[in-house]
Amino acid sequence: MNIAETPFEFFTVSYLTRIGNQSAGTLKEFLTGLQQCSDASMFHHTFQTLSSHHFLTEGFSNDFAQWAHADANREDLAEQLAILDVRDYLSIAALRSDLCRVVGDYCAANPAFSEQTALERFYFCESEEVMLPFELTARSLEEFREGIAHLSHASFYFHFMSSRLRLQLQTNDFSHWLADGLGLGTLADSVNRIDIYTNTLDSARAKVLRLIDRERRKG
Amino acid sequence: MSEVAITSRIPLDEYAALLGQGEIDELRVLAKPLRGRSIEMINSTAVGGGVAEILNRLLPLAEELELNMRWEVMTGGDDFYEVTKAFHNALHGAPYHADAKDFEIFLACNERNRARLSLDAEFMIIHDPQPAALIDGRKKNGNHWAWRCHIDLSHPNRAVWDFLDKFVARYDAAMFSSPEFSRALPIPQYLFYPAIDPLSEKNRELESGFVARTLAEYQIDPQRPILTQISRFDRLKDPVGVIRAYRIVKRYLDCQLVLAGGSASDDPEGAVVLKEVQQEANGEADIHIIELPAWAPLQVNALQRASTIVIQKSLREGFGLTVSEALWKKKPVVASAVGGIPVQIIHKHTGLLAHSVEGTAYQIRFLLSHPEIAAKLGEHGHEHVKENFLITQKLKRYMTLFLAMARAK
Repeated sequence: MNIAETPFEFFTVSYLTRIGNQSAGTLKEFLTGLQQCSDASMFHHTFQTLSSHHFLTEGFSNDFAQWAHADANREDLAEQLAILDVRDYLSIAALRSDLCRVVGDYCAANPAFSEQTALERFYFCESEEVMLPFELTARSLEEFREGIAHLSHASFYFHFMSSRLRLQLQTNDFSHWLADGLGLGTLADSVNRIDIYTNTLDSARAKVLRLIDRERRKG
Repeated sequence: MSEVAITSRIPLDEYAALLGQGEIDELRVLAKPLRGRSIEMINSTAVGGGVAEILNRLLPLAEELELNMRWEVMTGGDDFYEVTKAFHNALHGAPYHADAKDFEIFLACNERNRARLSLDAEFMIIHDPQPAALIDGRKKNGNHWAWRCHIDLSHPNRAVWDFLDKFVARYDAAMFSSPEFSRALPIPQYLFYPAIDPLSEKNRELESGFVARTLAEYQIDPQRPILTQISRFDRLKDPVGVIRAYRIVKRYLDCQLVLAGGSASDDPEGAVVLKEVQQEANGEADIHIIELPAWAPLQVNALQRASTIVIQKSLREGFGLTVSEALWKKKPVVASAVGGIPVQIIHKHTGLLAHSVEGTAYQIRFLLSHPEIAAKLGEHGHEHVKENFLITQKLKRYMTLFLAMARAK
């Protein structure tokens, strides 16, 4: 049985939603908001919303796309915003740049729509994070499996999703430790390929556990 | 002021069956650094109203986590409560003529309460406008004060808000139920949702026999679709608009309408609205207007569970917890896009939003004609409530606030 030198330490995270001082009633104002809002706001409406709405696996991708769809009634723009995958980004700056490009291009191509008033305003909010150790550690694959099975949604999300920004790598805490700590590169890759947009946190967790079980049977 | 003693115990592990053990363990992790530190909640009533209902469930849970949380209720005379009722309505946008005497009564009552209280808990949470001026009694011990506003401040009466603003701006943080309700304040403002308790009488599972007996009691046919709005008889809940929407639906599909709300006997305005509703219904057999007792959680629970579609066609709304109650029961909901409702109803994901009588009718017809979509909205709505609007999440949010405020100092 592989034993890692450095144990995996499970953490949990809890977020407060801080109400920002920006809101948008038109696409033009929305673009200004995207350009000017804080990084914590960008994180809140893209990464964090995947945790609080993880149970929506059809047609919900981020708060920006949902507003374009339900309130601005611009389906084509909503689609373009929804297909941006946060896993492709190593920084909030890069994600912001693409969001602004999509909305900016749309406004330029559809100037009449950019001034239309949406049904409801978009309020830019921010995530304020409190992180604490979950008081669980793992050195072996068995302990790791046990830990993952026991985690809260927030903790699973913290390690599986928001870690990508922290690591500034296109991977997550679980895969990072499986590869570096236990030398299980193939398992790490398989875990990293699980699609968070088409899975709930529960179904993503179940897939991670199944992959670990398959690995254990091999050993 | 008087301290509210909570006698009932709610074992935390009973929630594990609904939420998973990991979620409960996470609450314990968050509670650990807060143990032994004092927390005080102050509001203006121990019974009746959403705040008291939530605190009655929140404190036993806090106790289970070994948190030192107290709940004090402000005391005041009739004159104070008349003034704060007028303030409440004015903050909701109702007409109000500012009177210096009202402000004096408000301040005098806050001062009397301040004199009786220690106000020295490490975390002081003050609920709503009535006790807002207690901040004048803030000690120089570096404790943390946060103001929790449960009402819609999106269009407040200027004079009343300008008066309150001077107090609120001196807190360390303010919490609102919707971003729309927040104000221009020099302090951090957070989104805090009200919550329902899945184990309370209003939300727990019921035996099908009880639901059937409730329908029989009110002569509602269980074999035909039931559209329900649970709300007090208040024009802002637009019960007449609900009847008009129902009549449009009825042209296409057979269904019944249930309008159920607390008794209007001690509420003169409610009695007037009830009469208007009865006139609009005009004795139609399939419209069931039910005056419930002031506290009828099991009947509300049964009527919601028996419903095919739940409606909340409010014109203004604080948060509208009846929406979360219905979603928890996996009911498809058609609701107005006002107040805190769009937070609960993510359009086309956890329910359907509407902006008019005709729009409400259209969405109801759509759901009655597409039961598979209605069922899916109900399932997603249940998960949304589980993730965001349960009492356990509310306690988690409070603990996160305390940890964040302590870190900020």
